[in-house]
Order: sequence, then structure tokens, then C-alpha cells
Amino acid sequence: MSAPSTERTEAQSVASDAVLTALAVGSRPEAPGGWSASLTFWWRAMLKIKHVPEQLFDVTMFPIMFLLMFTYLFGGALAGSTSAYLQQVLPGILVMTVAMITMYTGLTLNRDIQKGVHDRFRSLPIWRPSTLVGPLLADGVRYTLASTVILVLGLVLGFRPDAGVGGVAAGVGLLLVFCFSLSWIWTTLGIVMRSEEALMGLSMMVLFPLTFVSNVFVPPETLPNWLEAFVTVNPITLLVTAMRGLMHGHAVGGEIAIVLMISAALVAVFGPLTMLVYRRAA
Amino acid sequence: MNGSAHPAVYVDGLVKHFGSTRAVDGLQIEVAPGALYGVLGPNGAGKTTALRMLATLLRPDAGTARVLGHDVVTEPKLIRRRVSMTGQFASVDEDLSGRENLVLLGRLWGHRWRDAATRADGLLEAFGLTDAAGRQVKTYSGGMRRRIDIAASILVTPDLIFLDEPTTGLDPRSRNQVWEIVRALVSGGTTVLLTTQYLDEADQLADRIAVIDHGRVIAEGSSSQLKASVGVGVLHVRLHDPEQRLRAEELLARTLDASIQVDGDPAALSARVTDTARVAYALSELTDAGVEVANFSLGQPSLDEVFLTLTGRPAADQRAEDGDGLDPSGATSQEVTA
Ligand SMILES: Nc1ncnc2c1ncn2[C@@H]1O[C@H](COP(=O)(O)OP(=O)(O)OP(=O)(O)O)[C@@H](O)[C@H]1O
Ligand SMILES: [Mg+2]
Repeated sequence: MSAPSTERTEAQSVASDAVLTALAVGSRPEAPGGWSASLTFWWRAMLKIKHVPEQLFDVTMFPIMFLLMFTYLFGGALAGSTSAYLQQVLPGILVMTVAMITMYTGLTLNRDIQKGVHDRFRSLPIWRPSTLVGPLLADGVRYTLASTVILVLGLVLGFRPDAGVGGVAAGVGLLLVFCFSLSWIWTTLGIVMRSEEALMGLSMMVLFPLTFVSNVFVPPETLPNWLEAFVTVNPITLLVTAMRGLMHGHAVGGEIAIVLMISAALVAVFGPLTMLVYRRAA
Repeated sequence: MNGSAHPAVYVDGLVKHFGSTRAVDGLQIEVAPGALYGVLGPNGAGKTTALRMLATLLRPDAGTARVLGHDVVTEPKLIRRRVSMTGQFASVDEDLSGRENLVLLGRLWGHRWRDAATRADGLLEAFGLTDAAGRQVKTYSGGMRRRIDIAASILVTPDLIFLDEPTTGLDPRSRNQVWEIVRALVSGGTTVLLTTQYLDEADQLADRIAVIDHGRVIAEGSSSQLKASVGVGVLHVRLHDPEQRLRAEELLARTLDASIQVDGDPAALSARVTDTARVAYALSELTDAGVEVANFSLGQPSLDEVFLTLTGRPAADQRAEDGDGLDPSGATSQEVTA
């Protein structure tokens, strides 16, 4: 090394020779496949949780709060007893909570893109959607965590699913599929919207009516006609009915089919749309 | 460059508008394989926008841009395989540690987990970052930040690397470290295209320099060609007695054979110097004539002075200028010859 090195501290010094060696030994592997790249981005999201575990607050405290609040607030009045109400309301609250949490997908992406590191990702020779699919898979972990919290607390409070473990697992599986699909709306908006606040406001405006104006708390028959009409076609209602059926062992094949169809439609529309706006994002 | 090889970068008539802002406006550049090419321009000149188009992140509105022989619009995938971009701002994830960032990128370039880890450790070592490897990047100093940014660009040795203002905001020592890395990259066979706001950086590092302003090239050539046109240096003289400035101006103009600039300070003047050997002579002429010099300095022309020479006006931040519709047509393109 020819440059004077007297004033350098050992820890900070850069050795040109070492840089040269590092450059020379570098091999040129094949570009990773789409699935492998997605898993790498999933790993990145997990690392972020490791460094900032506070971000799990929403998937642990929200569910606990919602479940306790609504069970004891409405239980007596609506079903005569909290434990009777719990059998009906728990699948509903599960759907509502996890659907609410999908909002954070958009917020996280929005923040991530504003920081600028996506320029690096977009200049890499990888399957482009993997940048977004990876975080969505990581969100799947968060949704599962939230579901587990609710189910465990529910069991403690007296939730007894007639269809047993299999039914509960099937129900949660359906919920994850729906929420993964719903998340694509938030990825589109997360890229398009300039500010986090605006995005948050819009997400709330969509999610609050969607989750509350449904059959989560009350049977639709008790509602005025115009409201009942909305509630019956609300995808959340269908999902809740399907989940109740799966967990308690009623036949709900029709609802499941419709929920899966809606999920497929969401991905088919918002997946490509997300990629389109992602490519355009300057 | 041999005749059959493609230029590493070939840009002709490249244009990018943002609304009414012409960020890049008919840019023309050609970079030979293996070269270290410097793009010099003030804030808002369009450096970042141009690089983002070359790195296939932004679609040009018009013109041609070919990187390693591939068109940026029709063959972006082929370019991404062989080119790396170190952006001006956050180009690694601040929430992750330096090592995690490198392993992540190693994976994305197709390394197996174990190879990615080995590669990451090798680079951390070479860049003097081993001690900080496990810390979140947001705790890094500016110099460390820039080094991890560059390390993140060479997980697979690229044929061409874009470095957007790699040393802006660094102290002299950190800047030297980055320079050393850049020189090592070039001697390893990688073509480097870097942008900078500092003439001395372009001068010290680059084989060829393009000076850009308002998104177009206003001068292009080797460092010595550029300096021949703007002067190798600038002599600043400050007099004891402002009354003597006129006399000093005459003397310097004659002995240095150069035009003299006077500015706000009534006792100061500066002259562009084409031959440093004449400076000592000029100063002794002043003393002989009884003009007392309080102090003097001979420095390289600043970017401002380069711009003043090339365009006849100072290098203002164009973003501030955009609003008041200043006509940039006064900036005539000028070919620099030795
Ligand atoms: N995404 C964008 N939207 C609107 N205007 C933009 C955008 N990006 C750049 N510009 C404008 O284009 C012009 C060129 O910007 P650019 O960032 O390319 O300059 P630069 O030479 O990199 O400047 P700096 O030295 O400050 O980094 C500026 O006037 C800037 O305001
Ligand atoms: Mg810039």
C-alpha cells in the first residue's frame, strides 16, 4: 500500500490490496429464482422484527384488547352469557383483528420505499415481485401470531370449538389466504400514496366499515333492510360465516368457495397493479 | 479502447422531464471500458437522474442510453446482471447490521447462505468494518456508511459500477479511504462512473471528466484538457491597501496574461493561472512596484470558478433557480481541447 498510513487507526483502515483480493475472489453465481429471492426478503423482514421487536405490539395487544372488550361489553346483552357469545364472536374478532393488521403491510412498505433502499433492490437481477412477496410472507407470520394470541386467550375464557384442532386450523388457514390477498390492496396504496398519514387515514376508512358493518357482533337479520343488504354481501361477513362453520363443524362450502374466489380476484387485480405502480415509482 | 468493444456507457440525447423541470436535457456521454469517468456538476444538475436512468431505475423520456452494449429500455435485465449502483442516499437498510445487509445482498445475487456469509466477512474485513459488522447501520459514521454502501455494490464483482457522490459530506480522511477503494475497483478491471461536486476529486480520480449543468454536458475531456481551459489554478491575493487594487490588477493582468476578477472585498482580487511558474514572478513584480500583499494563496479552481469560466455565470443551485425561469441558453456547449 503506497498511501501514508501513519495517521490511520487500525480499525478504520482500508487496505486496497484486501479490496482487490475481495474483488478477485468473487464468483458470479446464477441469479436466484423468484421463490428464493422472496424467502430472502422474508428473512429481511424477520431481521427487522428482531431489531425492533416493539413492532409486534399491534399483533399482540390489539387482539387481547379487542377480545376482552367486546366479549364482556356485548356478551351479556346480546347472547345472554359471555361464554355463549364467545362461541360466536371469537371467529369474528379473529377476522376483524387480523384484517385490521393487514393495514400495516402498506404502512411498512411506504416507510421502506421512502427510505430509498428499494432503489438498490430494483437494480438487482431478481424477480421483481419478490421484494413485495417476501414482506407479505412475513406478514403471514404476524397474522399467525395474532391468531394464536386470540385463540389461546379465547380457550382460557371458555371458547370451545366443536370441530376441534383441525377445524380451527382450517379456519385460520382460510383467514390467512384472505388476508394475504387483501394485503395487495395495501401494497398498491403503500406505493402510490406520498405520506404515511394519508395512507393510514385511507386504510382506516376502508377497514372500519368493512369490519364493523358485518356479522361479527350481531346477526344481520336484526338490522334495517338497507344495512342488512350491505352486510350480507360484505366479504368479511362471508369469511366470518365460513370461519364459524369450520370451527364449529357446520357445512359452509359455499361461503368458503366465494371467499377463495374473492381472494383470487384480489390478487389477480391488485398484484399486477402493485407491480405496475412499483415499476413507475420514481 | 479497442475498436470492436462496446463503450461501457453510451448516452446520446438523453432526456428526462419531471413536470416542467428538465432534469436531464440532451445528455451525451461515452465511457470507455475500464475507465474511471467523472461527472461533475452542481446541485440539481441532473447527475442522480442520469445515473438512475443508466441503472434502469428510471425510464428515459427520449434519447439513447446503452450500458455495456445493452439498451436500458429494452434490455434492462442484461444490464442488471453486470452493473451495480451505489445511490446517493440510503442504499443499504439502516435497521439491519452491516453484516446482515451484505449477507442479504449476497443471497439476492444468488450466493448460497454459506458463500454469502463468507463473502460478507471478506468484504467487511477489506473495508475495515469488521468491528462494526454486528451493529445496525444507522449507528455508523458517514465514512463507514459510504464504505458499507460500496461494499454492498460489489458482492458480485460488477463490470461497471455507478457511484453517486460517493464522498459528499465526508471528512478528508474518509474521503481518501473511498478514493482508495475506487482506485482498487478500477485496477481490478471494473469500469467506474462517479458523480461529484468537487473539481479536485474529479481531477485526482477520473481519467475523463464531463461537466454537466442543467442536464447537459457543457465541457468534456481529460483532467488536463479541462484544466487547460479553466486554468490550472486560481491565485487569490489580498492587499494591505485597497487603494492599490487597480494598480495590482494591471500588474497581474500583464504578468500572468490573464483576466483578473475582483469581488466584494475591496482589497482582494483573484486571477486564473495557466502556468504556475509565473505566479512567483507576478508576486515579486507586485512587491517591486510597491504594492503590499497581505496574503495570497494558489488553489485549484472551485466548481464555482469552473462554471464561471465555462458558462459565464456562477453555479447556483438549479433547484432554486427553476422557479424564476432563468434562461440557461447562455450556457453554450464548449469543446475542450488540449
Ligand atoms: N422525482 C423527482 N420529481 C420531481 N423533480 C425531480 C425529481 N428528481 C429530480 N428532480 C429535479 O430534477 C433536477 C435534477 O435533480 P438531480 O437529483 O438529478 O440532481 P443532482 O445533480 O443529482 O443534484 P445533487 O447534487 O443535489 O444530488 C432537480 O431540479 C430536481 O429538483
Ligand atoms: Mg444527486
